[in-house]
Amino acid sequence: MIGHPPGEPRRVAYLFVLPAFLVYAAFLLYPIGRAVHLSLYDWDGLSLGRWVGLANYAAIVADEGLRAAFGHALVLMAFYALAPLAIGLTLAAILNHAKVRGLGFFRTVVFLPQVVAMVVVAVAWRRVYAPDGTLNDLLGAVGLDSLTRGWLGDYTFALPAVGVVGTWFETGLVTVLLLAGMSRVPTELYEAARLDGASALREFFAVTLPSVRGEIAVALTLTVIAALRTFDLVYITTRGGPGDSTSVPSYEIYHRAFGLGQVGSAAAIGVTLTVAIFAISFVINRFADRGMS
Amino acid sequence: MIASTRKVWLRNPRHARTRAAIAAGLVALAASACAPGSAAPPAASPAQPGASAVRTDAAALGNVTLTIWDQEVRGGQDAQMKQLNAAFEAKYPNIRLKRLSRSFDDLNTTLRLALSGNEPPDVVQANNGRPQMGAFVKAGHLRPLDAYADAYGWKKRYPRSVLQYVSYSADGKVFGEGNLYGLPQAGEVVGILYNTAKLTKLGLRPPETWEEFQAALAKAKAAGEVPIQLGNLDKWPGIHVFGTVQGRHVPADQITKLAFGRKGASWNTPENTRAAGQLVDWVDKGYFNKGFNGQGYDPAWQAFSKGEGVFLIGGTWLIADLEKAMGKDLGFILPPGTTEAAAPVATGGTGLPFAITAKSPNPDAAAAYLDFIADADAMKVLTANGLLPIADTDRQSVKAGAQQDMFTAFGTATKQDGLVPYLDYATPTFADTLGAAVQDLLAEKSTPQEFLATLEKDYQAFAESNE
Repeated sequence: MIGHPPGEPRRVAYLFVLPAFLVYAAFLLYPIGRAVHLSLYDWDGLSLGRWVGLANYAAIVADEGLRAAFGHALVLMAFYALAPLAIGLTLAAILNHAKVRGLGFFRTVVFLPQVVAMVVVAVAWRRVYAPDGTLNDLLGAVGLDSLTRGWLGDYTFALPAVGVVGTWFETGLVTVLLLAGMSRVPTELYEAARLDGASALREFFAVTLPSVRGEIAVALTLTVIAALRTFDLVYITTRGGPGDSTSVPSYEIYHRAFGLGQVGSAAAIGVTLTVAIFAISFVINRFADRGMS
Repeated sequence: MIASTRKVWLRNPRHARTRAAIAAGLVALAASACAPGSAAPPAASPAQPGASAVRTDAAALGNVTLTIWDQEVRGGQDAQMKQLNAAFEAKYPNIRLKRLSRSFDDLNTTLRLALSGNEPPDVVQANNGRPQMGAFVKAGHLRPLDAYADAYGWKKRYPRSVLQYVSYSADGKVFGEGNLYGLPQAGEVVGILYNTAKLTKLGLRPPETWEEFQAALAKAKAAGEVPIQLGNLDKWPGIHVFGTVQGRHVPADQITKLAFGRKGASWNTPENTRAAGQLVDWVDKGYFNKGFNGQGYDPAWQAFSKGEGVFLIGGTWLIADLEKAMGKDLGFILPPGTTEAAAPVATGGTGLPFAITAKSPNPDAAAAYLDFIADADAMKVLTANGLLPIADTDRQSVKAGAQQDMFTAFGTATKQDGLVPYLDYATPTFADTLGAAVQDLLAEKSTPQEFLATLEKDYQAFAESNE
């Protein structure tokens, strides 16, 4: 091995990576390749598949129902990512700034939804939204009877209702992430800002927000991905209904592959969704990196 | 050594063409040679043994192990299965049963993979419709049972309106005719459940005609009761409500044709329009509970059991649980006809049929098992466990009440061939299409014409492509 300066990558190093790579290839790369392969066929999962080229992808663009499903995923992104970010920033800023007593307790409380399995969350919220459920009881108690309805069966409110569950679920994660970021901000910065006569609001925008840019990027990446791959929530609460007003790509994938036997179409949606998730997380992180430097 | 050879090969421009060729070859291989499903058996159905080739003496088959996948997981279902399996093993000590029981949904999602494998289970419970049994028949994964049916006399025991639910043409294209691919144990029929106490309070009797039923709905509404309890959040329950109304407006043979996805029928008929119109009319008159599209199926029938609602359109599968809660207050009738003497028409069919896989090495033993769990003694075991046996319903003795109503109703419907298939059987995607369309119709998001146009589109597209 003479001739290599110390520290230069050597080909033998690949041997050390090989075992991990093989596992990675067998459980991730191969399945992805296989999914791409399947997406080019019209296959029912049982008999011989028929090569259809990109027809499954063309169908995603042409099929109104599928386009709508991707549209619903975008709406859910607002509920899963943007709303928790707004609420999380506010909550974290208050908790951090006010030096609240029992901060640990509040942190635990806001984080609790994350600990519960999504299926359990969905079953519970289904009861909350039922025509004779908690939400309508509350509305009735404050004299808003006219607003009561079967929330998950209402064409206007079903998708927002599903989205609110996502907001409730993700807010804790975002808050805790941001709190961690804010606690790392050097107090000198705040002192300096205060000496300059900055208000609390000014302080937030001038000091806090730029300091947690990295955490915001992480939070957005996680929540946006969660929004795009929403499955369990829709599966349990509405099965895509009423009509098709809450169908999302992940639900379509499951439904087509296992329910209808349209494996090729399901694979095509899956590949499209994967690409979309890659693209969006790429954009978010690019944006964050540029801000950091 | 290996690493250095590879290095040279990768770097050497002389090998570039070889690498390109290999890459192209791999792509071509991926594109053609290993098409998905190429390991599956040819779509032709396996040769049918003649009746003489069938061995019905299970004791003489030597030592055999049968693997059975079923979805009889709930209370009485599981109890009857355990009881019958134990009796079978006691009678034929040479046959060992390996039972794997999973919930309906779990079985649904795993059966496809299991059947396309090299060692599928011997006996599986496969759902009748096109997405399951139809697809399995088409792919050649199930064994036609006609020779066994002849040998064991199944076709004499089961009425035609029952056998059609387990019949497909050998290529899987025609549903309702052709070879026999499964044997069901239990029966199902969708009818009208009612609360006797409420009816008495309203001064009414169980309706005997469709007119009387609607008059009862109006009276219930006027008295401040919920006339029909419905929970349609899960999308499919509304299908049964529409099917029930449709049965009173559309000739039974037309419904059957539509539900089996045969060519030559149409949803765009005056009769279907009237049926859809009547349903909308019921919504307008407030015959359903508020927010029914946002109410779950289970909470709905539970609410009915607690006295919210005079009627509930539902299947016989609800009766055991409802009777536990309501006792004598529960009644069950077939959807009444235009006159008292009108022929019965009701959505109904079979519990999930048991089928034999094409690759099973022990079809004779499997057929003996099928016969055993569906013979006259087995039907008694089903009855004792609170279930509705598919045959010999009139030979069972049950105490008066909703369970007896159910036996009478099912007996009447099957004997007069009054069962019409579940509408969602029609095409592989019809459950979805119809479920969503009924939600739209009930929410008045679509008119009866638009509703029928949606159904027609799905139905015709399939009927055309299925030629």
